[in-house]
Amino acid sequence: MNLNLFMQHFINALGLGSLYGLIAIGYTMVYGILRLINFAHGDIFMLGAYFVFFATIQYKLPWALGLAIAVVGATLCGLLVDRIAYRPLRDAPRISALISAIGVSFFIENISIVIFSGMPRPVVQPPSLMQAFSLGGVRLVPLALMVPAISFVLVAALLWMVYRTKPGLAMRSISYDIETTRLMGVSVDRIIALTFAIGSALAAVAGIMWALRYPRVEPLMGIMPGFKAFIAAVFGGIGSIPGAMLGGLSLGFVEIMSVAFFPNLSGFKDAFAFILLIAILLIKPTGLMGEKLEDKI
Amino acid sequence: MSTLPENKNPVRDNAMTVVATALLAAFLWWAEGHLDGYKIRIINLIAINAILGLSLNLIYGMAGMFSLGHAGFMAIGAYVSALLILTPEQKTAMWILDPIAPWLTGIHAPFLVSLLAAGLLAALFGWLVALPVLRLGGDYLGIATLGFSEIIRILITNLTPITNGPLGLKGIPSHTSLWMSYGCLIAALACVARLMRSNFGNVIRAVRDDEIAAKTMGINTYSTRVLAFTMGCFGGGVGGALMGNLITTIDPKMFMITQTYSLLMIIVVGGLGSITGSVVGSILVTTMLEWLRFVENPVTIGSLEIPGIPGMRMVIFSVLLIAVIIFRREGIMGMSEFSWDRLFSYRNRVTRGGGAS
Repeated sequence: MNLNLFMQHFINALGLGSLYGLIAIGYTMVYGILRLINFAHGDIFMLGAYFVFFATIQYKLPWALGLAIAVVGATLCGLLVDRIAYRPLRDAPRISALISAIGVSFFIENISIVIFSGMPRPVVQPPSLMQAFSLGGVRLVPLALMVPAISFVLVAALLWMVYRTKPGLAMRSISYDIETTRLMGVSVDRIIALTFAIGSALAAVAGIMWALRYPRVEPLMGIMPGFKAFIAAVFGGIGSIPGAMLGGLSLGFVEIMSVAFFPNLSGFKDAFAFILLIAILLIKPTGLMGEKLEDKI
Repeated sequence: MSTLPENKNPVRDNAMTVVATALLAAFLWWAEGHLDGYKIRIINLIAINAILGLSLNLIYGMAGMFSLGHAGFMAIGAYVSALLILTPEQKTAMWILDPIAPWLTGIHAPFLVSLLAAGLLAALFGWLVALPVLRLGGDYLGIATLGFSEIIRILITNLTPITNGPLGLKGIPSHTSLWMSYGCLIAALACVARLMRSNFGNVIRAVRDDEIAAKTMGINTYSTRVLAFTMGCFGGGVGGALMGNLITTIDPKMFMITQTYSLLMIIVVGGLGSITGSVVGSILVTTMLEWLRFVENPVTIGSLEIPGIPGMRMVIFSVLLIAVIIFRREGIMGMSEFSWDRLFSYRNRVTRGGGAS
């Protein structure tokens, strides 16, 4: 493999990895606060992609408006999921909330099949994003560079928000101790809703970029990226935002590079993530950057 | 918590059990002669889903391990059984993508042996999975088992010389009659009921309810959970084999995570940790899933024609799952079990006017 080809794979891996990372942030924030695997997160990602598809291709709205509609729409869906399926179960055993999450995910997938039909639809990529240019011998399209760039900017903004603003402080506080935070006068439900909103918005952005890169949308497109992003969150250390990004990037690199170097393993591509998951859980269950979660006795 | 209660009146209860079994047998005999193939298939499916629900309930409801990997173990069972009962001629004709592995062509076994092999191999895999994964707890366990189930599915899709890859296996000789599936169900019910009544049943419940307390009592919680998980996987393998045999074609797509979700639905509706609940849940969920097919077909009421909505069935199904978990978390049976004693005391209460309990 020559250097140029390697760089090509490198950029691909960076793009895929940062998309996994963006989705993983939603998982890691919700898990950090509620100890709940939000199974519906991958489906919010799918909805984001579908909304932008309908807005720009079906209804011919301008791209900027379409993007805004998709992000706002997916965020509202995320909030609704929290309100309907998770909030009634805040005091229930965690496993009940988990089953509810599975139910919601199943619901969004199936209602999407009913509304959007199960057929995959092609997405028209804006030509300006696809004009190939050469950078030191590596052929690139602007989209391939935009995806990681946007992702990193968003993560930086999020980190600023979590570590430098009041709502961010409340979020971190809830993840330590939800009851005490409530006693301090923080409106816990509102902060949790904010967490869902941020996670969903990031998932929607990831969904849009995913739909542009792999130009098609289908109702079940969120399942695999969703699982893999959760694995990325666990790998990076659940509860940690930089960890989620790191986990996403690691997963992206493992997937792209293993197939690049061993092409006959491509059928097993989807298995790598799960093998990675089981390995990290056995070696270091807290993930790369996670803090140890003690079970309370 | 009330689980299998003490037997207060063994003679009456045994007599009642014999009568009930005879009634079931009479019903099956009648059904075989009078119902059409579609209905018989649903009745078969109820028994198979009950077996599968029971095995998942053993892992999740009774031993408290949140496993999302059942579809994978079902897949192993279905493939092992199918590969054992397909004839050599069928096998050589079916493998198109890749030639079949030579050692596989000659292997042949009767159906019951293949069921046993399916269960044992699924249990072996389950044990291998359990050894590392059960060191984890809670939701991580769910994700890790889900991961294994996906890995199994990916392996099946790619190991073409053994499994015929994405094309799956077709024309599996069907042996799953009503007698076969209900025989298996009764055997499974008897095994799990005895198991839960035994000391090991107490140990399993202790580990589920309070692992730390169980440890202090000197219970090896890890090996208890490994054993319970392995037994559940055995059931999953047998159930998967029966399912594949009933449908007579299997392919990797059959064993996606949605398969595990419907089993989860069965045990959540029926009651986590209840043997009776698994059966009740299976009857309800299986019939409901079939009955809901009407929303996908066009309906004509008088002159009004309502077009069917493809896919709506699963939407309603998922709404029901969410509704059950929000409004009646413990399911229909909760953790309690059916017993003749309870039935009679209930009848007495009713006839006496609901005074004494």
